[in-house]
Amino acid sequence: MTTIALSLPSVRRPRQVLSWFGVAPFFLFALLFLILPTLNIVVGAFRNPEGQVTLENLGKLLSPSIRSAFWISIELSLLTAVLGCLFGFLIAAAITLGGLPRPLRNAILTFSGVASNFAGVPLAFAFIATLGRLGFVTMLLRQWFGINLYGSGFNIVSFLGLALTYLYFQIPLMVLIITPALEGLRREWREAAESLGASGAQYWRMVALPVLWPSLLGTLALLFANAFGAVATAIALTGSSLSIAPIVLFAQIRGDVLNDPHLGYAIAFAMIVLTAIANGIYILLRMRAERWLK
Amino acid sequence: MTGKQLWSWLAVAFAGLYFLLPLVGMFDFSMRMQRGVYSFEAYRIVLADPQFQQTFGYSIALALLTIVLGILLVVPTAYFVRLRFPSLRPAIEFITLLPLVIPPIVIVFGYIRIYNTSSVLPLTGSWWGTNILLLCGYAVLSLPYMYRSVDTGLRTIDIASLTEAAQSLGAGWVRILAVVILPNVFVSVLSGAFLTFAIVIGEYVFAALLNVNSFGPYMVWMGGNRAYEPSALAVVAFVITWACMGLIQLFTRFSKFSTARR
Repeated sequence: MTTIALSLPSVRRPRQVLSWFGVAPFFLFALLFLILPTLNIVVGAFRNPEGQVTLENLGKLLSPSIRSAFWISIELSLLTAVLGCLFGFLIAAAITLGGLPRPLRNAILTFSGVASNFAGVPLAFAFIATLGRLGFVTMLLRQWFGINLYGSGFNIVSFLGLALTYLYFQIPLMVLIITPALEGLRREWREAAESLGASGAQYWRMVALPVLWPSLLGTLALLFANAFGAVATAIALTGSSLSIAPIVLFAQIRGDVLNDPHLGYAIAFAMIVLTAIANGIYILLRMRAERWLK
Repeated sequence: MTGKQLWSWLAVAFAGLYFLLPLVGMFDFSMRMQRGVYSFEAYRIVLADPQFQQTFGYSIALALLTIVLGILLVVPTAYFVRLRFPSLRPAIEFITLLPLVIPPIVIVFGYIRIYNTSSVLPLTGSWWGTNILLLCGYAVLSLPYMYRSVDTGLRTIDIASLTEAAQSLGAGWVRILAVVILPNVFVSVLSGAFLTFAIVIGEYVFAALLNVNSFGPYMVWMGGNRAYEPSALAVVAFVITWACMGLIQLFTRFSKFSTARR
């Protein structure tokens, strides 16, 4: 043992240097392809084309068209986050507490893993094939029930259609995140509450929900950010007919519409701020939630 | 059956309807290219399309390269951080979470501004440069998944003892990482790799904005110009996603080591 202890100081120095070579590529990579590009956008949002510091670009965000694009985006993200949380919670509660057979629970969790990753272009195609003008459900409703979906004003290329599509990856994400939290509710808590005379509703209101609310709110924030950053699904579904913030930025980068790079910086900066706030809330609340789920 | 069970079955039934109908619709639509009969005509046309073969092959190659780059970046970093620099952990975890916080469209916008043709490093100007940029972008997107799965894998093995044992037998760092550490976290690496594959194969925003004709932009182009083929493509993409997730489940279930020791 003593020989090892004695030999350590002489060995440590070259080792330490070598270890830095092990982590240096990662930091260099992160700097070049993640941090610098993002900083470039953030700094650009506060500069005018001549390179002077200005708030003018951010001021342009308040123009009616940009403001409404952000507003629709926020509404869409918030709506799908709230509904995703609600339905995801119901499904998770059904499979954890509802006394359903175990294989069904596992099947639903596996499917949730797939569906939460089945976003983007193919998902949009699936919904067009289902609820589009000639879609499967559209035709089914007309032939079997005589309901003319498109006659009643529905269109898959709309706010409602986009929300329905987003829910397809929002709900499974909620199921995946909230199921462990629900499984972390201990049977003893329920028994203790019951032995003190609490009803089922009282147990939920005074024991389960106070334990769960950081997870619930945190996941709400995560789902918001998840929907807000989704671009491909929206583009494949609507082309560019629905003007939401990421689509406006996409068109801006391509130079289709406005061709003012500094306005693009400002839109991108505002998107970072919104998703950063949402993710920050998620991370903070998840740390709070983990106290109870050990 | 209790009331609770009844409600649970109802909830699951409604969910099943919502989640299965689009899949059924997609499949049904993809089979209806020939009037009056179900056929695989749309699939035949898609599979025979040289554009499909080219873009799909390209995206598969890119996904595999992304996985290799991700492993080369993440495994040594996670290893050295656990072994030598535990104080760097929060910084690394923060960096690996950033791609989930910053929308991908913003990251690629940054690339276009920094690496455009009038910059110091004009990557977007050449074919090779654009491909390298896209590869690095995808590696960034995969960081959160790769890092988390590799780090979880490293937690389950005693890397300090393994390293000392290997060193006492005369192994150098590269050899330790490649022959000792990597095989021990292979299952974790694989689950990160399959997730990366599922994300990269149909990615649209990065490819479209860097003007690369990969599978994602090809699908969008098809969606704008054809009726039945897009559904066939969606079925193909869904099968790939399903296969990747299924393989992850399969590997984690059959790896006794990663779950037994905690």
